Amino acid sequence: MTGGSAATLLEVRGLTKIFGSLKANDSLDLKIGKGEIHALLGENGAGKSTLVKMLYGSLQPSSGEILWKGEPTVIRNPSTARTLGIGMVFQHFSLFESLTVADNIVLSLGAGHTLEQVARDAERLSAEYGLPLKADSHIGDLSVGERQRVEIVRCLLQDPELIILDEPTSVLTPQEAENLFVTLKRLRDEGRSILYISHRLEEVKVMCDRATILRHGRVVGECDPRQETAASLASLMVGSDVAEVRRKAADRAAGEVLLDIRGASLPPATPFSIALKDISMQVRAGEIVGIAGVAGNGQSELFNLVSGEVASRADAISMRGEAIGNLGINERRRKGAAFVPEERLGHGAVPGMTLTDNLLLARHASDTVAFQRLGRLGVIWSDMVTQATKRICDEMDVRKSAENPVASALSGGNLQKFIMGRELDRQPAVLIVNQPTWGVDAGAASRIRQALIDLAASGSAVLVISQDLDEIFEVCDRILVMHDGRIAEAGSAAEATREKIGLLMGGAHTERVADNATETGEGAHAH
Amino acid sequence: MRIEVSRRQMPSRAFAYLSPAIALALTMVLGAVVFMALGKSPTAALYSYFIEPLTETWSLHELLIKATPLILISVGLSVCYLSNNWNIGAEGQYLMGAVAGSAIPVLMPEFQSFITLPLMLLLAMAGGAAYAAIPAFLKTRFNTNEILTSLMLVYVAQLFVDWLVRGPWRNPQGFSFPGTITFNDYALLPEIFPASGRANFGILFALVAALLVWLMLRKTMKGFEIRVLGQNPRAGRFAGFSAAKMTFFAFLLSGALAGLAGIIEVAGAVQHLNEKLSAGYGFAAIIVVFLGRLNPAGAVVAGLVLALTYLGGEAAQISLQISDKSARVFQGMLLFLVLASDTLIHYRIRFVTSGAAAQEAN
Repeated sequence: MTGGSAATLLEVRGLTKIFGSLKANDSLDLKIGKGEIHALLGENGAGKSTLVKMLYGSLQPSSGEILWKGEPTVIRNPSTARTLGIGMVFQHFSLFESLTVADNIVLSLGAGHTLEQVARDAERLSAEYGLPLKADSHIGDLSVGERQRVEIVRCLLQDPELIILDEPTSVLTPQEAENLFVTLKRLRDEGRSILYISHRLEEVKVMCDRATILRHGRVVGECDPRQETAASLASLMVGSDVAEVRRKAADRAAGEVLLDIRGASLPPATPFSIALKDISMQVRAGEIVGIAGVAGNGQSELFNLVSGEVASRADAISMRGEAIGNLGINERRRKGAAFVPEERLGHGAVPGMTLTDNLLLARHASDTVAFQRLGRLGVIWSDMVTQATKRICDEMDVRKSAENPVASALSGGNLQKFIMGRELDRQPAVLIVNQPTWGVDAGAASRIRQALIDLAASGSAVLVISQDLDEIFEVCDRILVMHDGRIAEAGSAAEATREKIGLLMGGAHTERVADNATETGEGAHAH
Repeated sequence: MRIEVSRRQMPSRAFAYLSPAIALALTMVLGAVVFMALGKSPTAALYSYFIEPLTETWSLHELLIKATPLILISVGLSVCYLSNNWNIGAEGQYLMGAVAGSAIPVLMPEFQSFITLPLMLLLAMAGGAAYAAIPAFLKTRFNTNEILTSLMLVYVAQLFVDWLVRGPWRNPQGFSFPGTITFNDYALLPEIFPASGRANFGILFALVAALLVWLMLRKTMKGFEIRVLGQNPRAGRFAGFSAAKMTFFAFLLSGALAGLAGIIEVAGAVQHLNEKLSAGYGFAAIIVVFLGRLNPAGAVVAGLVLALTYLGGEAAQISLQISDKSARVFQGMLLFLVLASDTLIHYRIRFVTSGAAAQEAN
């Protein structure tokens, strides 16, 4: 698939960015033609943001070059990028809430613009592109979608030839997203190029002329997304190389049901979170069940529901036959459950607190007898907490610079090993892990996966939510797929194929996939 | 030359403790400048402000009397601020505590028994806590900003006290001056060393409260919960802690301690409730909290320092004819400077000469 039909606007050759020992981008090549919508696809952590930051001048490449209209160009900073004609709409907006639309735009344009002029231009542009805005409204009063319009109009005022949008729909409601697509197509028809960063396959298939797929910092594929199926895009994103390590099919999968979720539904907590729809699943003793899926399809909502950070009907969730859906997280822990959330710093651990404190964070209720004295006074038995911390660090090989450092001083992999160890140390009957090895180095990742397998082997039920299909195939006995707040069964790890999982990740119906696992791309749009 | 501010990788522990000292020193320097501008000798003024009150026994007693409410209130506020609950209305809780405790001697002057005073103290704590429960309820139920509600309730409390002591509770034999009857002996806090000065047992309450809260924060799960919810509410939820319950806990505790401070002031030094009760202790205590590093032990030291500014203001008024409002100026400067100095905990400041700067740019 060669891209040479239109003139090339921007070309990237061998672009590499190294952070410490991590190659965030590894000799990337990329061509963006004039007047095309080019998708940059990849999972979280694939290196999309790093690449974009280099194109916009907020990061400098370690090596490699960027060619703008065929000329090698150094993009020293964002203002150089804007002068060249590169505009960017960020995922997180940079607007002052107490100022008006026009104020915000004038501020970013710099000297030489009057407020009246800018207000008039902005309103004209916004009307022209179907992005209705009033220049004198205050940002604080605007919806997220409207704020994004302000960012887009601000970007258009500088008449850019290349517009970069970073996950633009992640904050939009479906209707707002539709409107955005219309605007983007119109911009393309005017001859502008758009670099569209996303991990949502359906959008990319509908919208984009070409796609470059990144995985682990490398370009792993380039294609015309309209010609591809959701499954093939998904398999490019998550990697089609079959994992080397497979667990032996578990003969103990007939163990007793420890975790049972029946028809759990949850309305969205915010306009931008996903509703959970009639989720049912069972995890048996000795079994590891994996939930695959593209990020943002309800995985964190599901985790919160199972952990008890969000309560539900009592009988929606049972553990060892006991209804626990209405219990808080600590009561569930006392009944033998353990939880490892996706976000290490700020959810699973307090960044500014020491490891001993962070041990107490998750274990104070389940291990009251071990870690607290004097009954209701709740005096912390710090000797015991220190001992347990040491035991966990030894067991999981947590490398740290001081005896008891604060959590934020540990590397991601070491902190994750500590957080996993903190839960494994209790031998939980049921363990729920969201993204066990996300952003973790290979050594720590294999240690963590081994620990999950060992825990299941000892008779616990383990539920793993992961976007890393390799990981799911490596550790899981049975695979479920989450799409748009629903769960679909993909079968045992031996039966499930990547193609089938890819289709389910794209939203195809379970029955149809089960009937015909090789169904083509149209199936992905069945709903 | 230019000044460069860069973020430290780790917050500096040294500056966490040095910052109040720096702020105090800068306050003295700026104070000296203010006195010079007023045409007074800065050395004489600083002497009468910060040294003179410490030279006589009776005035040390006064220092303890002033420090008592400051310490009590700021110990409670430390818990609030550590748990991310911004109670600015301690002055109101202090007044309402005083009103609740005074109800017994004012409305039932014949009830004279050894339990009169303990009941007054308990009632005052309940009154302060109940008044603090209002912003806590509004915050947890309606997501109202507690800074605004607690602050606005101060004005309500001030006007309520004013109305009480001019209206229904006014002493009929008081020649129409606002104020209640003088409390009977059973309703008064005894003095510790009546021979040398007026200091009463209130200071012991303050020290015990500081010790207990310090132990709670350092040694117990409750203290851990306070710190976790203050630093990271989401991790707090993961730990199974309830932010709403914590809001009530922090407001009720600080309200109770402020109410206790109120009744100690009334039943101790003043001996009746009057309209001058609101002396700004509830606001000065906010300065004490930050000067004392959000630590009850620090609050004891900082409370004594702030008490000194009150006494110093009075001393300077007598010896130098400066308005005692200058004490407010000192307190304001101190808060401003301690918050400014706290920048040094997280940031490093470098002075770069223009030559070096030019080199760096190349």
